[in-house]
Amino acid sequence: MRLSLGPLLYPWSREAIEAFYAERVADPVDIVYLGETVCAKRRSLAPDEWLALGRELAAAGKQVVLSTLALVQAGSELSTVRRLCRNGEFLVEANDMGAVRLLAEEGLPFVGGASLNLYNVAALRLLRDRGMVRWLPPLELSRESLGDLLGEARRAGVVLETELFAFGRIPLACSARCFTARHVGRPKDRCAIVCEDYPEGLPMASQEGEPLFTLNGVQTQSGAVQHLLPYGRELADLGVTTLRLSPQPEHLGAVIDRYRAVLDGASDSTDVTAWVSAPVCDGFFRGAPGMAVAPNA
Amino acid sequence: MKLVCPAGNLPMLKAAVGAGADAVYLGFRDDTNARHFAGLNFNDGSARKAVAHAHERGCEVYVAINTYPRPAGWRRWQRAVDTAAELGVDALILADLGVLDYAARKHPGVRRHLSVQGSATNSEALRFYADNFGVERAVLPRVLSLAQVERLCEDSPMALEVFGFGSLCVMVEGRCLLSAYTTGESPNTEGACSPAQAVRWVESDAGTEVRLNDVLIDRFGPGESAGYPVVCKGRFTVNNATYHALEEPTSLNTLALLPALAGAGVAAVKLEGRQRSVAYVDKAVRVWREALDSCHRDPTAYRPRGEWMAALAGLSEGAQTTLGAYDRPWQ
Repeated sequence: MRLSLGPLLYPWSREAIEAFYAERVADPVDIVYLGETVCAKRRSLAPDEWLALGRELAAAGKQVVLSTLALVQAGSELSTVRRLCRNGEFLVEANDMGAVRLLAEEGLPFVGGASLNLYNVAALRLLRDRGMVRWLPPLELSRESLGDLLGEARRAGVVLETELFAFGRIPLACSARCFTARHVGRPKDRCAIVCEDYPEGLPMASQEGEPLFTLNGVQTQSGAVQHLLPYGRELADLGVTTLRLSPQPEHLGAVIDRYRAVLDGASDSTDVTAWVSAPVCDGFFRGAPGMAVAPNA
Repeated sequence: MKLVCPAGNLPMLKAAVGAGADAVYLGFRDDTNARHFAGLNFNDGSARKAVAHAHERGCEVYVAINTYPRPAGWRRWQRAVDTAAELGVDALILADLGVLDYAARKHPGVRRHLSVQGSATNSEALRFYADNFGVERAVLPRVLSLAQVERLCEDSPMALEVFGFGSLCVMVEGRCLLSAYTTGESPNTEGACSPAQAVRWVESDAGTEVRLNDVLIDRFGPGESAGYPVVCKGRFTVNNATYHALEEPTSLNTLALLPALAGAGVAAVKLEGRQRSVAYVDKAVRVWREALDSCHRDPTAYRPRGEWMAALAGLSEGAQTTLGAYDRPWQ
């Protein structure tokens, strides 16, 4: 089982980003996804600087993948995606069908992101035939559906690397509205990137204080941190080839080490509670509401 | 611009046709469509009657098969496509790549529209669906500003349909897991959002509480009007402030934008609300028919009339309407 580091979903400063990735060089992650996927206004690093960072990580032996923006509306956003698809150097993760089309047109291999909504073998085959080499199942898919899908894909000869979002706050939705700017009473057009004040998003709780969601600009994430390491063996048996960990500001190195150790059979302890800032959840995988957590997890 | 209207059952379809719909859209009685609600939608028999009724009166019929099949359900989605094609409907409204591929191969003569659930928000995405499946029209997610819709009309390889009125999705359609996260019921796979069976109203000292799978979504004081608890329209706490942190209970109403939308080249306007009532459909379609006719006659003199706006506000969540994402300040 390989480990990947998902794209950074939060708007950190340039210094924080550089420090974060410098630490990852020595971490046992095999694949690193880079780039801005949430909001085109977040520009701590320019596209060329992401490429330069990619070269450093590639030189350290990581497979580098550039991730495209998930919600592409403005012409300027589409131009950015176009340039990224034609970077000429790194594999690209397509996070909307516009990026898929651009990559397929160029005959380039690509990773299909979780927001492409690939729920069945017919959909997988269609994108495999257009250059998809690795894919992420939809974030809500249960173990039962994932097992059906990967089993059927094998029988149909649709063989792809499968990467599952295993650790981190789940990106549940995106909108045209910026919920962070709205929270502080600023119009989106004059947001001054206020989301930079919240390096792990803004927690949103029920009126009883139950953590529910996390506001991250135009993205809404889960309030809890998904953690699927306890199912590591089962995931491998299902045919998952890579587990994705999503960046968080602190303690990610410890989490990565624990994932690696357990997957390698060097440790039995899957507990990460000391290193997360919210409760953990695993409901989607168990076919339950996503926020649920198994009693003994 | 054509007027595309919701039909949750045969009486609603007749009301829509009678009130001046150019097309009606409907779904079958299962999870193959995004309004999979108890008591709603059509079986083979009622769908046959619906098609006959609409076609006799020159109204088109579209069938929404716009959820995403997982392997265990795949044949049900195939059957839905076959059934719709055999009924002689005018178009299929589809989202899943596999279902689009199946429909394009098996029934190439039946027009394919991309559902809003397909989440296409830019010209390259639209080209993907045009090139691969011969999709002729796309319904745009409710996240584009008016300027972006205008630009997309220029660049699009296919006709575009936009939402004109009804419940407002705040998130990009087809990409929202808030209901699945909270209740386990998903718009993408089950065709349900914040489903009624997960809702519980509780009277307490603090007022009326409404819970969705036990999560407190909102609390209403005496005399405060309480809407249906859609997960994105509740009151939550962020940094000690309790408010509608995602969106207020409000409906989209774009009557004011009709000349701009028509001028941009938008092909059709869609009204949301298959889960509503015959009275809702009748009123909403009448207002929109009158407004569209007025706009077509003379777009420069067109103004939304007060009585239209009042009638639509009366049909809206929280009696409020908004221009939504079309209007930049909303974003």
